[in-house]
Formats: sequence, C-alpha cells, structure tokens
Amino acid sequence: MRFMILAQRNFKEMFLDYLSLGLAMGLPVVMLLILSPISRVEVMFSPANLAPGIALFAFVMLQFSSSMILAKDRDSALLSRLLTAPLKSKDFISAYSLPYIPIAIIQMVLVFGIAALLGLETSGNLGIVFLVLFIMSMGYIGLGMVAGSLFTYKQVPYAYTTVLLLTIFGGAWFDLAVFGSGFQSVMNVLPFAHALDAARDVMVQGAGFSDIAVDFYWVLGYTIVFFALGIFLFRRRMVE
Amino acid sequence: MSDATKDYRFAIQTSNISRKFGDFIAVDGIDLSINRGELFALLGPNGAGKTTTIKMLCCLLRPSSGTATIMGHDTQKDPIAVKQIIDLSPQETAIAEHLNAWENLSLMGRIHGFGKEEVKKRSEELLEMMGLTNRAKEQVRKYSGGMKRRLSIAMALVSDPQVLFLDEPTLGLDPQSRRGTWEHIAELKGEKTIVLTTHYLEEADNLADRIAIIDKGKIIALGTPDELKDSISDMQVMAIKAKNLTDDTVEGLRMIYPETREVVNGIEIKAKELNFNEIVDYLRSKGVVIESTSQKQITLDDVFLHLTGKELRE
Repeated sequence: MRFMILAQRNFKEMFLDYLSLGLAMGLPVVMLLILSPISRVEVMFSPANLAPGIALFAFVMLQFSSSMILAKDRDSALLSRLLTAPLKSKDFISAYSLPYIPIAIIQMVLVFGIAALLGLETSGNLGIVFLVLFIMSMGYIGLGMVAGSLFTYKQVPYAYTTVLLLTIFGGAWFDLAVFGSGFQSVMNVLPFAHALDAARDVMVQGAGFSDIAVDFYWVLGYTIVFFALGIFLFRRRMVE
Repeated sequence: MSDATKDYRFAIQTSNISRKFGDFIAVDGIDLSINRGELFALLGPNGAGKTTTIKMLCCLLRPSSGTATIMGHDTQKDPIAVKQIIDLSPQETAIAEHLNAWENLSLMGRIHGFGKEEVKKRSEELLEMMGLTNRAKEQVRKYSGGMKRRLSIAMALVSDPQVLFLDEPTLGLDPQSRRGTWEHIAELKGEKTIVLTTHYLEEADNLADRIAIIDKGKIIALGTPDELKDSISDMQVMAIKAKNLTDDTVEGLRMIYPETREVVNGIEIKAKELNFNEIVDYLRSKGVVIESTSQKQITLDDVFLHLTGKELRE
C-alpha cells in the first residue's frame, strides 16, 4: 500500500488549493440556489431534475483539480523522482485519484442536502441515485487522470472546458431533445446523459435499478475505460 | 546482456546502449562498467547525453538499443527490482514545494517501503548532514536555491539506495553552496555507488574516482582524473596574460597552434612543442602588450579541448 503515502501527499496538496476546493464545493451550491427558483416556470429546474445536473457540474471540478495536480507534478521534476520509486502506473493513478473520492461524496451530500431544503422530492430509491452519481464522479476523476497524463499544466484548463461543455450540453441543465435528435444521439454516446437520465428516472418516475440498468452499466463502462486509459497513458509517460 | 556475461563486481553495466529522439542520436552506443562503491562522473557539455544516459539507467527512458543492468537487474526487464535499489536527484530541484523538509523526506522514504520510525531516524541524520535541521518544519518553497538542492539530495538518500544518481547536483548554486554540496557528496564516497553528471570540471576532478568524458552521445575518454590528464602529459600549456588581443591575432596564432583558446585577460596555448620566443615575437608584432607568461598544469578542460577541439563550457 505504498501508493497510500503518495495519496496522503496529494490529499494535502489538494487541500492547499483553496480556490479549486472552494469552487468544487461552493459553486454547485450557488448554482443550485440561483437556478432553483426557475422551477416555478420550467419543470427542468425542479430540485429533482436539477440536483443530478448540478452534481455532475460539481464533479467537473474534480476532473480539473485531479488533472492539475498530476500535470503539475509531471511538469516539475518531482514526478521524475517519484517514478524512480518502486511503484507501478496503477499505484500512481490510485494515489492521484483517491483524495478526490471523499470530496465527491461531500459534493453529493451538499447538493442533495441543499436540494432537500429547496423541496426535493423523490419517488424512487435515493441510494440508486447516489450509486449512479458516485460511479459518474469516479468517471470524472478517471478523466482527470487521462487529462493529467496527456496534457501539460497549461493545457489542462482546455480539457476542463471541453468536459464542462460536454456535461452541460449532455443534459445537465437542458433537455437534450431541445437540440434535436442528431445532437441527442451524439450526446447519448457519452456517459453524462446516461447518468443524468438514470438519476432523474429514479427520482421523478420512481424507476428501479432494473429500469436504469443500461444507463448504469453505460456509466460504469465509461468509468472503467477512463481509468484504464489513464493507467495506460501514465505508463507510457513513465518510460518514454 | 545474458546472465552468463553479467559481472556482479560491477554495480552498473551497459552494453552498447543508445537512445534516439527522431533522427537525433542523444546517446550513441555507450559501454560502461561502474564498480561497486565507485564515484563515477559523466562529464560533458550541455546536450552531450549525460542526462539521457542517467534516465535510461533509472528506468525513466527506454533505450533505443542496447542493455543496462544495475546490480545485475536488467533496467528494461526488471525495472521494479532496479527501483528498489536506486534513487535519483534530478537536475531540476525535485521537491514538493508545499510540504516541509520532514514531510518531503518522509514521502520518499516511505514510498520506498521504509517504516515511519526508520524514516524519522534517517531524516534526522540527513537534515543534520545537509544543515537543514533548524528549518526542517518550514514549507520548502521558502527555502533558498542552495537549501532546496541540499534537500533534493537528501531526498535521494533517505531510501538508503545502493546506487545513487546525482544529475548536475550543483547546477545553479553559488560557489559556497557548491563547495558545501561537494563536501556532502564526498562523505558518501565508498559507501554507495554514485553516478554524477556534471559540466563543472572541478566537480569531477575533486570528487570522482573515474570520469567518462561524453560528447555528442559518445564516451570519448574514460579513466581516473590523473589518467586523463596524463593522457596528454606530453603536451605543454602556456598561459599568457595580455592586453590588446584581437580576434585576428588569436586566429593567426591558431594557424600555428590549433589548440589556442581565449581566457579571461589573455590566452592559453597547448601543443606538444611550444616555441616561447616565436609566440612572444608574434604577439608583440601585432601590438599585443604581454603582462605575464606562465607554464600551466594540465586540467580536465585541456583534456576535453584536446579530445573534442572545443571547450567544455561552449
């Protein structure tokens, strides 16, 4: 469990980045408070529809922050030093991902806690919603590992912006049908719309796990692919 | 390198190791055998291939061809075994800026599998050795360049490696810090196998048991500092302190003595046979005011100039 030592250091590093951490926690809450009054005129902004989208919006910050720490270490000589330690690429990816798991959980609790105060009602099992969103949050962290392994410190914000736009246009705040079936089909290839559909179906329509199984496995599959890709790309960077 | 050809007397062995970046050959077929406990210096100008060689030995770069072993472990086939017994102080200061010195040392020690208590004990010794004890609890981003460099070396030592790679350990340090770092490195001599890259002649001359002079990716000379200097002992070096030297005058002298180089306030001429009167007459005829002349000891810089036709710092 040597990677835990590095994970501890990354945890400290993450907490010292007050701005990213503040944005990751605070911005989703602010967005929720700003957008929820619109629910009086637009059902898309009801707490049950809005909360999953806001949660995904919050997770994008995990992708940004995790990729920044990895890319920053890669750009400095520190990673060269760390790479001479007897760790494998999967150890490094674990060490750079683990610190973000508690943050993802706190984000979900915050978003759904505030949504509850704003009148969130759910027809289905909230545990399933949390499970789907947790897997999706891991997917974002996996994307962070891909971006951190692939891009420099200065390039990472571009990757963040891309993922943010894909999340927003993936149905976080809009009904995908508004953009037409072609756009909807493209967005349905990605995992974001599936995570949102699954969470909303459970909360609004009371769907059970079997009803959202396809969406769940779609999200899980992407999360595994993102992590596998992160490990693969990191390994390629380890020995150039 | 097959098991049959491995020689365990050597800490490091390379066989025809090369590395290309596109069409550029950074390291070109290097064969090295470095003894256990030896302090071995790779000396050469920037871009000569020193860091690339070190990176290949530390499993950070894959050789384009050839093999390397560290204590008998193949760097490509068994990198984890190699990483268990090596450590590296990279050319750039490689520290976690937001952590303090204790935390940096603890990170590196524990990541190599050492227990908390053991790392604490070793950290205490290393902080003392590097003169950092008093500021060990400060975030290292507040340290001076010299302190960061010393911590960087300490971080490479905390895992008690059998083989230590120091890539330009004194690069960018002021002369006082450089001398201090040399003293610390000298204390490790014999205890560990150390491979040091440098483009400071004095560093290699003062510290190394053996030196490989590397240029354009190839080893062009290998031996102890004295052996290298002796290899051109039949040469004479004349140092002339003078005023009014022009490029044309120096160029004219080079026609007769090709190994003529400009130094601060004068020139140095190296040749197997120097005609003192001829040189002085020539310089005076060109209006040069000669302040002093002296016979100079052969240095590694002379060896490098002799072998490559250029100065090390070019």
